[in-house]
Amino acid sequence: MGTMRTVPDFSVVRSGHEVQIPEQVSVPWQGLHRAVSRAPTIPGPAPAGRGGAAPRMRSGAAAAPRHRRGGAAAAAPAGAAGGGGGRRGRKKMPGKLKVKIVAGRHLPVMDRASDLTDAFVEVKFGNTTFKTDVYPKSLNPQWNSEWFKFEVDDEELQDEPLQITVLDHDTYSANDAIGKVYIDIDPLLYSEAATVISGWFPIYDTIHGIRGEINVVVKVDLFNDLNRFRQSSCGVKFFCTTSIPKCYRAVVIHGFVEELVVNEDPEYQWIDRIRTPRASNEARQRLISLMSGELQRKIGLKVLEMRGNAVVGYLQCFDLEGESGLVVRAIGTACTLDKLSNTSAFLPACNSPSKEMKESPLVHPPSHGCRSTHNSPIHTATGSRLTQNFSVSVPTLIYTGMGSGSAGKEGGPFKTLLRQQTQSALEQREFPFFTLTTFPPGFLLHVGGVVSARSVKLLDRIHNPDEPETRDAWWAEIRQEIKSHAKALGCHAVVGYSESTSICEEVCILSASGTAAVLNPRFLQDGTMEGCLEQRIEEASPPGCGFCHIPYDELNMPFPAHLTYCYNCRKQKVPDVLFTTIDLPVEAIVVGKGCLIQARLCRLKKKAQAEANATSISNLLPFMEYEVHTQLMNKLKLRGMNALFGLRIQITVGENMLMGLASATGVYLAALPTPGGIQIAGKTPNDGTYEQHISHMQKKINDTIAKNKELYEINPPELPEEIIGSPIPEPRQRSRLLRSQSESSDEVTELDLSHGKKDAFVLEIDDTDAMEDVHSLLTDVPPPSGFYSCNTEIMPGINNWTPEIQMFTAVRVSRLSNINPTNQTLNKNFNDLCENLLKSLYFKLRSMVPCCLCHVNFTVALPEDELVQIAVTAVAITYDKNQALQANKAPTEKSQQRASTDNEEQLQFPLELCSDPLSSQPFSPAKATSLEKASPLAEGYLRHRSVPSCTNSTVSVVKMTPLSFLPGAKITKYLGIINMFFIRETTSLREEGGVSGFLHAFIAEVFAMVRAHVAALGGNAVVSYIMKQCVFMENPNKNQAQCLINVSGDAVIFVRESELEMLPVQPSAAAPQHTSSAGDVTT
Amino acid sequence: MSSDLDVFVGNTTLIDEEVYRLWLDGHSVAEAVARRLRGGVLEREGTSVAVLQSDTRDHYRTFQMLERLLHAPPRLLQQLLFQIPPERQALLIQRYYAFDEALARELLGKKLSKGTKKELDEVSARTGVGIRSCRRQFDNFKRVFKAVEELRGPLAENIQQLFLLPPALARDYAAIVFFANSRFETGKRRLQFLSFADFAACAQSLMGHWSQGALAPEAAEPDGDLPKSFLQDLKELKVLVADKDLLDQHKSLVCSALRGKISVHNELEANFKALSRALVNVGGKLTHARDVRDFFVDLVEKVIEPCRSDKWSPGDLRLFLTHYTAAPRNLPGFRHQALWERYMAAISACLLRMYHD
Repeated sequence: MGTMRTVPDFSVVRSGHEVQIPEQVSVPWQGLHRAVSRAPTIPGPAPAGRGGAAPRMRSGAAAAPRHRRGGAAAAAPAGAAGGGGGRRGRKKMPGKLKVKIVAGRHLPVMDRASDLTDAFVEVKFGNTTFKTDVYPKSLNPQWNSEWFKFEVDDEELQDEPLQITVLDHDTYSANDAIGKVYIDIDPLLYSEAATVISGWFPIYDTIHGIRGEINVVVKVDLFNDLNRFRQSSCGVKFFCTTSIPKCYRAVVIHGFVEELVVNEDPEYQWIDRIRTPRASNEARQRLISLMSGELQRKIGLKVLEMRGNAVVGYLQCFDLEGESGLVVRAIGTACTLDKLSNTSAFLPACNSPSKEMKESPLVHPPSHGCRSTHNSPIHTATGSRLTQNFSVSVPTLIYTGMGSGSAGKEGGPFKTLLRQQTQSALEQREFPFFTLTTFPPGFLLHVGGVVSARSVKLLDRIHNPDEPETRDAWWAEIRQEIKSHAKALGCHAVVGYSESTSICEEVCILSASGTAAVLNPRFLQDGTMEGCLEQRIEEASPPGCGFCHIPYDELNMPFPAHLTYCYNCRKQKVPDVLFTTIDLPVEAIVVGKGCLIQARLCRLKKKAQAEANATSISNLLPFMEYEVHTQLMNKLKLRGMNALFGLRIQITVGENMLMGLASATGVYLAALPTPGGIQIAGKTPNDGTYEQHISHMQKKINDTIAKNKELYEINPPELPEEIIGSPIPEPRQRSRLLRSQSESSDEVTELDLSHGKKDAFVLEIDDTDAMEDVHSLLTDVPPPSGFYSCNTEIMPGINNWTPEIQMFTAVRVSRLSNINPTNQTLNKNFNDLCENLLKSLYFKLRSMVPCCLCHVNFTVALPEDELVQIAVTAVAITYDKNQALQANKAPTEKSQQRASTDNEEQLQFPLELCSDPLSSQPFSPAKATSLEKASPLAEGYLRHRSVPSCTNSTVSVVKMTPLSFLPGAKITKYLGIINMFFIRETTSLREEGGVSGFLHAFIAEVFAMVRAHVAALGGNAVVSYIMKQCVFMENPNKNQAQCLINVSGDAVIFVRESELEMLPVQPSAAAPQHTSSAGDVTT
Repeated sequence: MSSDLDVFVGNTTLIDEEVYRLWLDGHSVAEAVARRLRGGVLEREGTSVAVLQSDTRDHYRTFQMLERLLHAPPRLLQQLLFQIPPERQALLIQRYYAFDEALARELLGKKLSKGTKKELDEVSARTGVGIRSCRRQFDNFKRVFKAVEELRGPLAENIQQLFLLPPALARDYAAIVFFANSRFETGKRRLQFLSFADFAACAQSLMGHWSQGALAPEAAEPDGDLPKSFLQDLKELKVLVADKDLLDQHKSLVCSALRGKISVHNELEANFKALSRALVNVGGKLTHARDVRDFFVDLVEKVIEPCRSDKWSPGDLRLFLTHYTAAPRNLPGFRHQALWERYMAAISACLLRMYHD
């Protein structure tokens, strides 16, 4: 992130050979990066101020100041402080950490003379270090050590990683470090997770990579009863998964939790000039590990405060702010989860909407549309915050002309009631945000549209980390904005919420986005909701379309939009297009298949400094958002679809340009009207050749739409016009671009972008730019046959997955070689880069056809002036083609399949919600598909089973996937989160195969370390895996490169469904699986 | 817009068999891309040359990283860096250690030294095997040789265990090691008609019948070395040709037994003494390293070529060898029957294998 600035860091002392200076292992944690203080070299005392800057994050008072909040966020910290105080008063819960070092293997040769190694191990936790004996002259040492016992308190257990260092003993000189293993012992602290960590771990060195393996056993004894244990933040479970984890049920979904901690980045400290790259990297790895532990513990305390017992959708990110420091921040959704008692009864629950859902009368008129703001008060965070802050207001942008439904006229008495109830449930919360993207059936009532906010900030050195910090205030500001946008859309909550940053030098863009929504209050508070929803007022909307109904008041829309009666239930109003950041709800009725849609954009900007730079970025942002949105809308229409899910807009800032990349999954929602086409209008009608050209383009566009409809099987049933009824009268059928200086003062600018019902979407070609835009629309090549792709968890319209999966990460860095780049050429380059990358992925995975790329996640970075880095992580999942064909042939009725592609989705919330699965459930298409599904699936499993088992392999297989589930398998246990941060550096880049060789090896190493940790926990898969950061820097002239990677996910144990079937679960052999009967439902 | 950095890493390591083959054959990335293009992959998959290049480079990098592990196959199974299904691991190992017989034939009996490696250019030109592939295969031979050189027990089994090769391939490697160890001459012109498979079969027979492993499984010496004491004992057999009486009796026993059974009885009678001298003396010379080199040359020159010029059929040779081996049992005063049979079992097997055009 620090871009160019970091390069000089390679210079001076760091470039040399690694001088092995012994670490003083006994230095206390106090001032942890100085724990790596080198006896001989460090001159004098540490510089002033560092005492404060190297805070102990551990206990009580010392730790407290390090997390600082702005005024707006005061409420939450007050609560946390209470917890903290409580903790301080409480006796430490003593625990005993026990570690045994068993053996090593494949160690590197450390003694050239003998070609052997005299290895021993240091085991360090907190301030205590133990050592094994030296095992002489072996590359496969058998230490078989005693149990090393650390007596520690629970806070330490949560914050500190266990650090294992393998060294080569040298009688005459300093011992050489071979490498390290950091083990996060957090999973051992939940009563339901892992009980022991035991296995082979790769020994990792930041300079040499993996150097052999070490076998370690770790156990924790907590000397307290379970009740007490529960009082500590130790007991709070964390999940990266953005849905309620399988094998749990949500009793209450409490809401948003967030926290951030800051520190100095060891890489930028003076000491870095004199220590080795290895020492510097290790200090950084350890610092981040500590900060993560602290952050997690603090979040845990907040969850306990809210009376929850788990955090779902936990996302932790690092901001490498360079000189100004290191920020670790996390958001998540606090929940109270109940473990499903009978995990063996993993038979899928009902495929039908629950009774509860039918009871929740989805009366709210709902909506679509996007709303986004750029509020960019730029803080020059120098000293006196009050005077020097200046703020540049950037227009608020509301995309699709969706209006604000201020609480004005409500649709009916029930609506008011519901709103009051949910509001009261949510009003207690500072931010009614949910990081979840998939919800228990009935939880999500209506979706308003995407809300987003961005803010440009100037970073400045954190002079005194103990000072109340601005970072919290910055985020609080943005969250406020999001909250008010949601309100404007008539929604009281934001779901699918996420936050991100992009940093270039001292400029930082903070972004937050989510989907405004109306939620069912029954999940939001403790106790039962009797009297709330039980009296069923008015007609209940069918669950397949309820979330599409507008939540705002149609009569009080300040901005005209095109509303029609829902094409599914005909009772409520729906918008013509719906954008969301969440996954497609399980109950949604879709037509055909979905597809990945991306909008890509570059904008040049002048190089500038400080405020000028921030201002120019702020000025560019609204235009970028607008263009990204236009592209998305055009591409959506080009595919004949009417809704976007999983929308993620990423704006990346570089030295001389901004890049925007939006990814989403387009679908055709049966409830929404058929999108009109795209019509091109020329500006100079007299020119004959021009007209000809225009009509040629028009034909091309029409052909593309027709082709796409065929490709994605979009054949919505034709509806007699009279059923639909007349559209709601509207002044103008067009969308507008609305800008405002702030939310209140709306200064309306109109743009000719009409997308009325049957009206075509008109693109005016008035200059070459517009022509380019139209051309670029047509350059997106559909995936080759046999491939589908989406960026959501599941592919709408495909539901017959077979168990084969392949998770991968691809990274590309390209040089934009234009001497005088223009926006057009840059756009084209960027577009080509993304398209080629996708093409390359399809080619790589061709052996898996038919398959679908799911959860395709692009990340763009601008590491240097002319370099663009794109990282993609996704999973390819095979599906049964025959089954798909069968579906194709099915009548249109069947093409309206439910999106409930896998039963697992259903399984998440099987409980009481599904207690009445079969009653009054008409034979729905979903039912039919779930039955059809049975046989091919079974075949798939049989095929899988015939493959020789992996038992002869000594390494157990660990699957990795960015999804929350594994096709054809049941997750039986969550073992804890994996959150790992690695740095790799080289001073022999060419020898390691250049930048590609270096990064290829590093990514493979990261995968290997993740797998090893999961296997040691007793798991066989990581779900919800995400590579949150991949920062790559090179200096080819010096033959050096450095890379930082941060990954996370949930370690789980899964069991193949085919194996479950082997168990005599059900006597009826006729219906081997997936038939939902009342018996299985409640599990 | 050029891609400086371009990597793809799967949780399960992707192995493309075609690209692996091209890599093993020693083609550069550019050559491999050209060959893939000729294979028509563009048309089949509707992709671009750039994609193909990127894909090929990815695979090549993976193979380069795997190569280190392939040098010690058990490590490939234990390593944590690449997640590869077992059947794919087996394929990787098998393909990596598979060799061109033409190349192996050229190198049989040569010292696996730097000097020999330098001569690979010529070998490559003669055999049509790419030079890089030649070097890799040579290194494989050498690596296997070094690994089992000092080990006790059956050579093929040791190789199988250390390199996880399929049994047949392990046996071939055992033959290569055996030849490299004993340094038999195989390059003479008159031996050119013998293929690698012929020599490998001979090596197996020799090890099978002569090595200590053949007698006691926990033998003290490595299988690749023929046991010194046995070779020393072979001198005792000289009595069969040195003692005129014995030679005559031996001849009459064999000739009478074969009368009417072989088509070349006259020729046998005429040449028996020469043949017998050759057969016995081959064994008697094996104590001297220099003479060991000539083992196959002697067999061809003194046994196979005379028989061939007399138009013996393979059946004739087989019958002759059977009776020639059995006859001394009835010779009064010959006390080395067990040694003789052990010796002749291997010699007979070799001769029968080698007796072709």
